[in-house]
Amino acid sequence: MRGDDVAQEPMVELVGVSKHFGHHQVLYDVDLTVQRGETLCVIGPSGSGKSTMLRCINHLEVISAGQVRVDGNLIGYRLRPDGRLHELHHRRAAEQRLGIGMVFQHFNLFPHMTALENVTLGPIKAKGVKRSVIEPYACELLQRVGLGDKFDAYPSQLSGGQQQRVAIARAMAMRPPLILFDEPTSALDPELVGEVLDVMKDLARTGGITLIVVTHEMGFAREVADSVVFMDAGRIIEDGTPAEVLGNPQHERTRAFLAAVLH
Amino acid sequence: MSMSTKLRTNRPPVRADVVPLRHWGRGAFAAVVAIVVVVIANSLATNPNIEWSVVGDYLFDDNILRGLRKTLEMTVLGTIFGTALAVAIAVMRLSPSKIVSGTAAAYAFFFRGIPLIVLLILIGNLGLFFKNFTIAIPFTDITFWSRPVREVMNPFRASVLGLSLAGSGYMSEIVRGGLLAVGRGQHEAAKAIGLTSGKTLRHIVLPQALRVIVPPLGNELISMLKASAIVSVIAGGDLLTVALGISGRNFRTIEMLLVATIWYLLVIVVLSIGQYFVERKVAER
Ligand SMILES: Nc1ncnc2c1ncn2[C@@H]1O[C@H](COP(=O)(O)OP(=O)(O)OP(=O)(O)O)[C@@H](O)[C@H]1O
Ligand SMILES: [Mg+2]
Repeated sequence: MRGDDVAQEPMVELVGVSKHFGHHQVLYDVDLTVQRGETLCVIGPSGSGKSTMLRCINHLEVISAGQVRVDGNLIGYRLRPDGRLHELHHRRAAEQRLGIGMVFQHFNLFPHMTALENVTLGPIKAKGVKRSVIEPYACELLQRVGLGDKFDAYPSQLSGGQQQRVAIARAMAMRPPLILFDEPTSALDPELVGEVLDVMKDLARTGGITLIVVTHEMGFAREVADSVVFMDAGRIIEDGTPAEVLGNPQHERTRAFLAAVLH
Repeated sequence: MSMSTKLRTNRPPVRADVVPLRHWGRGAFAAVVAIVVVVIANSLATNPNIEWSVVGDYLFDDNILRGLRKTLEMTVLGTIFGTALAVAIAVMRLSPSKIVSGTAAAYAFFFRGIPLIVLLILIGNLGLFFKNFTIAIPFTDITFWSRPVREVMNPFRASVLGLSLAGSGYMSEIVRGGLLAVGRGQHEAAKAIGLTSGKTLRHIVLPQALRVIVPPLGNELISMLKASAIVSVIAGGDLLTVALGISGRNFRTIEMLLVATIWYLLVIVVLSIGQYFVERKVAER
């Protein structure tokens, strides 16, 4: 049980995060705070470091400097009494990811498993939940994303939009307080984008769950985001409400980017 | 619209007889093959130097059947242990640690490189350069278990060990190829739902790698069967050892080799049929 003061803590907090790939620096001293239950949209040009920042949050990438906190816990490290950060054993790192869902641009469903098996795998194998307990919930989730008739379908038998909805159900099945989306609709045919965005809107509106969405869908950002950040060249250049960032951008680069995206 | 009406007028009348294209080349090839087969079969059947009745007598001889069983046991055990080792080596080779991957690479290099016959002779004669197998704490007097090498390493065990080691070197390359065929996205998706690397390997990577691994492993099983004949150099008690042993007494070398050949071919036919069904099952998803 956490006290009231702890509950006020932000869901995600990045402090001075930098990331290098070899000599190539991709993130420069990024600060970011996402409140509980908030939906944050991350926008910015290709190569600006949006995916990298997202992947640092669940420790798919190891940060070069700074700190990442999720739900009050330091990600990937532990502060020992000696005052230094000790890298976590990979099992502890895996445990931390139980509370952080992720949805990928290319869905990354497990092709050798049915939709239902994809959704139940994490709870059963990573969390140790009984199959009899998780299956009804998984079915409920698949129904909620509009796939009540696709439990036994393999990913290869599903359209891109359907696959991405299974992937969202797979992330939700872990009951994480936070889900990260990395351009969830970028790989979809235009007519399939809507069905995936609808599921995400439903998630954002139901509340209780924090969403960080890297996206080029400005309409989605305007409609459901509580806040928007604009990234360029490894830095967060501008942040605020959708109205502020999208409607009245302060920075030249934000304006140029929006002009290009909105034609 | 006008396109389809035009097409329809070009169609042949529905009831016309169809004359299939004649493949003269194929017919000629079949004829040549048939003639060659008949000539060879005839020369074997009527060859005064081959006593076919001897082949018949020994085909189901007790010793031959015992040798066949040994051969099958060696092949199966060699494949099982070899595959298990191969998976371990392949996983180690993909480790980010240079020491771990380097060790595995050296292992694969050594056992792929050394001729099987040399490996078997070395293992079969381990007793010449080591007296005892000992489980103990090195550089102390504490010993848990110790047995003479000659007792532990009988020809059958030496054969299984040799076949497993030699097979594992080659198979680790196959398994590695299979593991690499599973994309980065799969690893990341597995990580993202909180699976540890061990569980990712078991539930996500290996099942998908199987599709790539199983077909060549089937061939490896057949190679292993044939390779097992080499254990006759250390008197492994296999089919060929027995057949050659009998020929040493009855001087019917060709007949005994034919007996062995017939059994090897029969087993390979059975294995190939099995392979066909396993491959089809694996390819299903
Ligand atoms: N594993 C990696 N190794 C080396 N460089 C990388 C790696 N991943 C990303 N980068 C580099 O980091 C920079 C930022 O990449 P990132 O994928 O975070 O950008 P992005 O904003 O998500 O772009 P996009 O909109 O195209 O997805 C790019 O220059 C990219 O080449
Ligand atoms: Mg990206």
